[in-house]
Amino acid sequence: MELYNLTIHQLNEKLVKREITSSELTEIFLKRIEGVDGKIKAYLTITPEDALMQARDADKRLVSARDITLLTGIPISVKDIFCTKGIRTTCASKILNNFIPPYDAAVIKKLKDAGAIILGKNNMDEFAMGSSTENSAFFVTRNPWDTERVPGGSSGGSAASVAAGECAASIGTDTGGSIRQPASCCGIVGLKPTYGRVSRYGMIAFASSLDQAGPMTKDVMDCAIMLNIMAGYDPMDSTSIDTPVPDYTKALTGNIKGLRIGIPKEYFVEGLDDNVEKAVMGAVEVLKKQGASIVDISLPHTDYAIAVYYLVATAEASSNLARYDGVKYGCRAKDSKNLMDMYCKTRDEGFGAEVKRRIMLGTYSLSAGYYDAYYKKASQVRTLIKRDFEEAFKICDVIVTPTSPTPAFKIGEKTADPLTMYLSDIFTISCNLAGIPGISIPCGFTNDNLPIGLQILGRPLDEETVLRTAYAYEQAADWHKKRARL
Amino acid sequence: MAITKKDVEHAAMLARLELSEDEKVTYTSQLDSILKYVENLRSVSTDGIEPTAHVVPVKISLREDNVKESLVQDEALANAPEKANGCFKVSRIIE
Repeated sequence: MELYNLTIHQLNEKLVKREITSSELTEIFLKRIEGVDGKIKAYLTITPEDALMQARDADKRLVSARDITLLTGIPISVKDIFCTKGIRTTCASKILNNFIPPYDAAVIKKLKDAGAIILGKNNMDEFAMGSSTENSAFFVTRNPWDTERVPGGSSGGSAASVAAGECAASIGTDTGGSIRQPASCCGIVGLKPTYGRVSRYGMIAFASSLDQAGPMTKDVMDCAIMLNIMAGYDPMDSTSIDTPVPDYTKALTGNIKGLRIGIPKEYFVEGLDDNVEKAVMGAVEVLKKQGASIVDISLPHTDYAIAVYYLVATAEASSNLARYDGVKYGCRAKDSKNLMDMYCKTRDEGFGAEVKRRIMLGTYSLSAGYYDAYYKKASQVRTLIKRDFEEAFKICDVIVTPTSPTPAFKIGEKTADPLTMYLSDIFTISCNLAGIPGISIPCGFTNDNLPIGLQILGRPLDEETVLRTAYAYEQAADWHKKRARL
Repeated sequence: MAITKKDVEHAAMLARLELSEDEKVTYTSQLDSILKYVENLRSVSTDGIEPTAHVVPVKISLREDNVKESLVQDEALANAPEKANGCFKVSRIIE
């Protein structure tokens, strides 16, 4: 297999054995990007000089064999939502077209300190608002398995870059499915950790009570390796959780005997693609054969999750995005009459259609007279959704569902009607509302050779059981070894 | 409760967005259909249910009042669209 198709743990072995240097590896990935990114368009910014400089440092660390981690010398990409010191960070928005952060996000700093090499910044839906990466202000990213189709979103550039071998692994953010749904569409592994497990410091905010960063990788082992580095308490994020970080790779035992797997009846309904249903039920059989037991469960408030999400997330977004006012950073409209005019023109010119739509919805639902009917009501139903999971986890250890009702859809297929696009997140949204961890792993392909994702949800802070289940399935099924042909 | 163009104009003003006529028309119909969709929440009984704003208990983070390194003025101003005398510059606000 080509080196650019290898996983972090495979590449680490080669680096440690000195079969290859990090500088050589970085050159290989840069060449791969040069070769295929014209077609895939996974990157908004590529940083070859910085990457090669980091690689030379990593090589020194590898030679001295001191202060090395499993990520030392490994080239990765990062979603353009993470602030990177001295490197343009746009969030795929025109309003941040020229923004160069003066500091690194907490997650970026951790990855750099571990010795990871950052190749560049990935395309995404503007401000992470979307499910297809078509809402980027710059260009559309294409799915490596079928370039007529979307890679999913909002972390579509990250997912596509991993699937196309344009990096060893990537990181994304997930507010309503933005790591798991593109991972599913691109046939890779994507984990949204428990809310608060990973610091949000320096991660551009969309909906602060839902946003969470996580790894996007070629297999489950890589996912655990990345989470080991990313997770942990950060005093700079008052919502980060102060509990010790276990070694997640230790959870990958391959043994799930006695594990109780919940199957929620509300997730196997009309609108679920036949191929997807067959693949997911097939995966359940595999898990059963490995000694897990199946429990029928109910998450009765599932039908309300999308409505709750689009009220809560837009309300928080309308407040978070108030900071883009053309004063301290970002773009400012020219020729304005006064300050008010400057604000309104800057924001109209700088934001794309979906971002404006969500700011409008959030502003409207929070405005005088509507707060109780919309935001408060949604927050109360959110409590009920969270309780659904608490009840379910009394009788099961993990919940298994499809990640997305359909495989990757065609570019342009869902852009006309925002509600249709919102419905592609139907299986991923509840997890964010409840704050629990969830992973998507490959579980098969459609007749058209499009990847299908299996979602595994766990109890708060129980990423270990989620990863253990994912690993046991992956090792039995072997889908993770398939690569897109480009 | 149908949303009107006037509602859209009011929200746009609150959100500091200068919308074109076309945008106002599009958003009126799109917001209307989204708000009709979320009306399904009304059928859920939420009497006495506490709202969830955050899934983890958020505590106020306090630290010792020690002087620490922070961004220097040049760095803080580096991304400013306009600056003057070490400050962010905006157009005159008091006539």
